[in-house]
Amino acid sequence: MPIEKQFISFYTILRKGVVRILRIWPQTLLPSVVTSVLYFAVFGSILGSRIGELNGVPYILFVVPGLVMLAVITNSYMDVATTFFVSKFFSRNIDEILVSPTPPSVIIAGFIASGVVRGMLVGALVMLVSLFFALPSVAHPLVVLLFLLLSSLVFALGGLINGIYAKSFDGVSIVPTFVLTPLVYLGGVFYSIHSLPPVWQTVSLFNPVFYIINGFRYGFLGTSDVPLLTCFLVLLALMLVLLGVNVYFLKKGLGLKQ
Amino acid sequence: MQKATDALVVTDLMKRYAGGTEALKGVSLTIPTGELFALLGPNGAGKTTLIGIITGLVTKTGGTAEVFGINIDREPERARALIGLCGQEINFDPWMKPLDVLVNQAGYYGIPRSVALPRAKRLLEDLGLADKNDQIGWKLSGGMKRRLMIARALIHEPKFLILDEPTAGVDVELRRSMWDYLTSLTKEGITILLTTHYLEEAERLAKHVAIINKGEIVAQGTMEEILALHDKTAPVSGYGGGRLEEVFVQLTSDA
Repeated sequence: MPIEKQFISFYTILRKGVVRILRIWPQTLLPSVVTSVLYFAVFGSILGSRIGELNGVPYILFVVPGLVMLAVITNSYMDVATTFFVSKFFSRNIDEILVSPTPPSVIIAGFIASGVVRGMLVGALVMLVSLFFALPSVAHPLVVLLFLLLSSLVFALGGLINGIYAKSFDGVSIVPTFVLTPLVYLGGVFYSIHSLPPVWQTVSLFNPVFYIINGFRYGFLGTSDVPLLTCFLVLLALMLVLLGVNVYFLKKGLGLKQ
Repeated sequence: MQKATDALVVTDLMKRYAGGTEALKGVSLTIPTGELFALLGPNGAGKTTLIGIITGLVTKTGGTAEVFGINIDREPERARALIGLCGQEINFDPWMKPLDVLVNQAGYYGIPRSVALPRAKRLLEDLGLADKNDQIGWKLSGGMKRRLMIARALIHEPKFLILDEPTAGVDVELRRSMWDYLTSLTKEGITILLTTHYLEEAERLAKHVAIINKGEIVAQGTMEEILALHDKTAPVSGYGGGRLEEVFVQLTSDA
């Protein structure tokens, strides 16, 4: 398929995904915004005022990046996982694409881009909402943007693997509930690694989400529990591994072809 | 014998599913270009599996398939670009309007919106759906959904159209209008592979026929050759349908 045709196909998949996100916005955009408002209110304003400062900044400013990242991660992941699963299992309209000359790499790119759009859109909305509770400073806007983009990308790729392999709705919700949420909550959304006992500090270093949240937080506050470069390299490595797995699955037709 | 102009040449195609079911046991088939070819068989005979392999939805375990001389393994994208599939299941996005379903499908083939839009409108007109464009897909009637599926299969102007039971559940009047439409497509040079359980439909439309049973082709040839297999001495089954129905029953019955 010539490159210009591949681009049209990519745009078609992306456009369909974005139209869906906007059509069912009470399901795709609103929940994370509402949840974040509750987090900002409870952890930021109510409890935060008692906690005082963490890493030299008011607690509310410390949790804003983590809560934005929480929304970005879950939304980009769930968007791709559910969209792909539903089109594979229920409406079976994934066949529309599979019978076309669209190569697997473009199918991946289209679904992933849609997940990235949702992740970044929700991230932007949550950041906007956070302004009602605190005025977070952005020390390094490019770092914020880079981590926002790459994190959405990584978790959209993870969501696609989940969507390809899931055989039931349980299969779509198990990973986000029992793997992703614990990783995010234990990845330093609400605390600094330095407030943990040494053993748990070491354990935290094995959590990839920890690096993502810290890198993102560095973009806002200019400080991080680990060097920015390490955070970036972990994110990059995750992205490459997940991309490779996705390309392999789609090329082999695993979970899609009978 | 294979000719350079054959639309589909399938050789010794085999499929064994993970559970061990042997859906195709060495199927060989040739569909001449520009004809309407009927592939008949009882439920579970292997028709949809065969179509799935040709269109890239099912992985084969053996054999080869060529679409207009293009090997589906070596050049899958080129082969797929020539095929239009109207599958058995209604599988367009039920939340989309007919025009959007078609324009989207064109997009997967790399056709720009500016080209797809007038083409989609013409197809909806041809298939009697032009006035249904303000309705989302799931609100269409069964017959309309079927016609939309056919329109979707044609949006990229394929040379080879595969219709897997396109008239299932469609009323008589609509079925006849679909027959006329399919005939007009073959006159435009489009090759059609049709599977159907309505044998009078196959008898009326197809020049060539193959009958598949339990994963094997049990008869293949022109309609005249197949009808000539009719054993007039055999007892007529059931209510006694057309000659093709009698041949079909004789070739596919377990007795």
